[in-house]
Amino acid sequence: MEKAPINTIQDEIIEEFELFEDDRNGKLEYLIDLGEKLPALEEEHKVDNNLIKGCQSKVWLVSERTADRLKYKADSNTAITKGLIALLIRVLSEQKIGDIARADLYFIRDIGMNTFIGSQRSNGFANMINQMKLEAALAYQEMEKE
Amino acid sequence: MKTEAATTTTFDIEQIRAQFPVLHQQVNKHQLVYMDNAATTQKPQVVLDALNDYYTGFNSNIHRGVHTLAERATTAFEATRKAAQRFVNAAEPQEIIFTKGCTDGINLVASSFGRSHIKAGDEIIITAMEHHSNIVPWQMLCQERGATLRVVPVTEAGEMQMDAFEQLLSEKTKLVSVVHASNALGTVNPVKEIIQKAHAVGAVVLLDGAQAASHLEVDVQALDADFYVMSGHKVYGPTGTGILYGKRRLLEAMPPYQGGGEMIKEVTFEGTTYNDIPFKFEAGTPNISDIVAFRYALEWVESVGKANIAAHEQQLLQKAHELLQEVPGLRLVGTAREKVSVASFILDGVHPFDVGMMLDARGIAIRTGHHCTQPLMKRLNIEGTARASFAVYNTLEEVGLLAEGLQYIAKRMR
Ligand SMILES: Cc1ncc(COP(=O)(O)O)c(C=O)c1O
Repeated sequence: MEKAPINTIQDEIIEEFELFEDDRNGKLEYLIDLGEKLPALEEEHKVDNNLIKGCQSKVWLVSERTADRLKYKADSNTAITKGLIALLIRVLSEQKIGDIARADLYFIRDIGMNTFIGSQRSNGFANMINQMKLEAALAYQEMEKE
Repeated sequence: MKTEAATTTTFDIEQIRAQFPVLHQQVNKHQLVYMDNAATTQKPQVVLDALNDYYTGFNSNIHRGVHTLAERATTAFEATRKAAQRFVNAAEPQEIIFTKGCTDGINLVASSFGRSHIKAGDEIIITAMEHHSNIVPWQMLCQERGATLRVVPVTEAGEMQMDAFEQLLSEKTKLVSVVHASNALGTVNPVKEIIQKAHAVGAVVLLDGAQAASHLEVDVQALDADFYVMSGHKVYGPTGTGILYGKRRLLEAMPPYQGGGEMIKEVTFEGTTYNDIPFKFEAGTPNISDIVAFRYALEWVESVGKANIAAHEQQLLQKAHELLQEVPGLRLVGTAREKVSVASFILDGVHPFDVGMMLDARGIAIRTGHHCTQPLMKRLNIEGTARASFAVYNTLEEVGLLAEGLQYIAKRMR
């Protein structure tokens, strides 16, 4: 099945989270559930080279290019961050590289999780988004050379 | 002491809470429970009013003006110095230097006392439970001077190993810098004994009073402390304020920290003579408004009474210890015999970050992470903790809500 476009998936996520209205705890628990369902990253990938350091939580990220698409796998040592990662992977993984690099990830704000980005150093999440885009940009360069 | 009667008759928690406007709000649809007081405390109305009165009534630059507002601002500013002198029981107001906070005070001593008194081969002693603010300035100084930093180990319970401290002391020891009460664990150090032992080898002692000032009686003369630093924002005062207490004899022998206005007597291009203490260490226009308001925080603490505050907070701490230990998989980190109201803990199998986020969803504000004490966390073989720290306005009901939240998280996450 063809992967849905980035913004379609973002809109789906926003709709899912609307069920919680402003029940913060409900949203966090939903994130934790999503994180629990995310396949754990193989131990061999949990190395410093793949580590995105936040002040408190750790995130490991690996990517793999197939033709013009990039697939991501990631993991975290905190349950809530892992849930956020599951969402990011759902939105960005296996998308066209150019689309990833250009993506405006408005869903994070719209589901009320913008506390995780912005100036927060406490969480590897903001750095993870940057790293995902950076890897897309690198993959793009690589693709251009072919 | 007259505290027995006082705790029951004069301590009215509702009346105290009513003076802190910020407490009366909903966070994530729950009544806010603020338990991040070791990071910073909230401010009572008198402090907020003082800030407003300063700007609406007599904002002016201090010490040099001849006009009426300048005179009023100067008087108010210097009144804080007297209040701070009384607060730590310094011998005279000139021994109180205004700073931005503990970090600033420690850096001042490291830079000024350090550069003039520490030389190659000398040793500086700190403990393994220090805040980064009481580690890095000394590391920098040691590197620059060719001196050595020695670290007193701590026990599993989070207490300083006094026998090891005694072994580290020698005639090479020039300075001992120790936290009065630990921000990560709550441990109250035996500072009087530390000072006596350090003085016996001729070393000077700095106490980091960041966490002690709002909870414990501080008497620099009774302690015979050489330097004492505290941060205003952790004692119900404004951010960007703090004091460095130093003995006159030491302060006079120290070179200025920064050069500029205020700290000079006379400037020519051939050379400059410096002002007397405390002004020698207060270059430039200080944080006048916040320092003026800082006095009201100190007086507010005095009016409630340190003994009353301590009695109330110890009650909260005891209750927290009791209830938290009932949470499955919860382990208290920091079980020293004497503690200020800090409850640090880890929940088996749950990252502190998740604990903090889940509590925030219930309106409960705590802190998670290494608390700027990475070497201590390393010593205790943990990455970080979740930390609830109580102030005068916290209640037993709130401690109950914290425990309830943790019970829920433990059930949900493990
Ligand atoms: C023990 C200790 N020392 C020093 C500091 C630094 O204080 P400030 O950031 O106000 O300079 C803190 C603040 O967290 C502290 O808890």
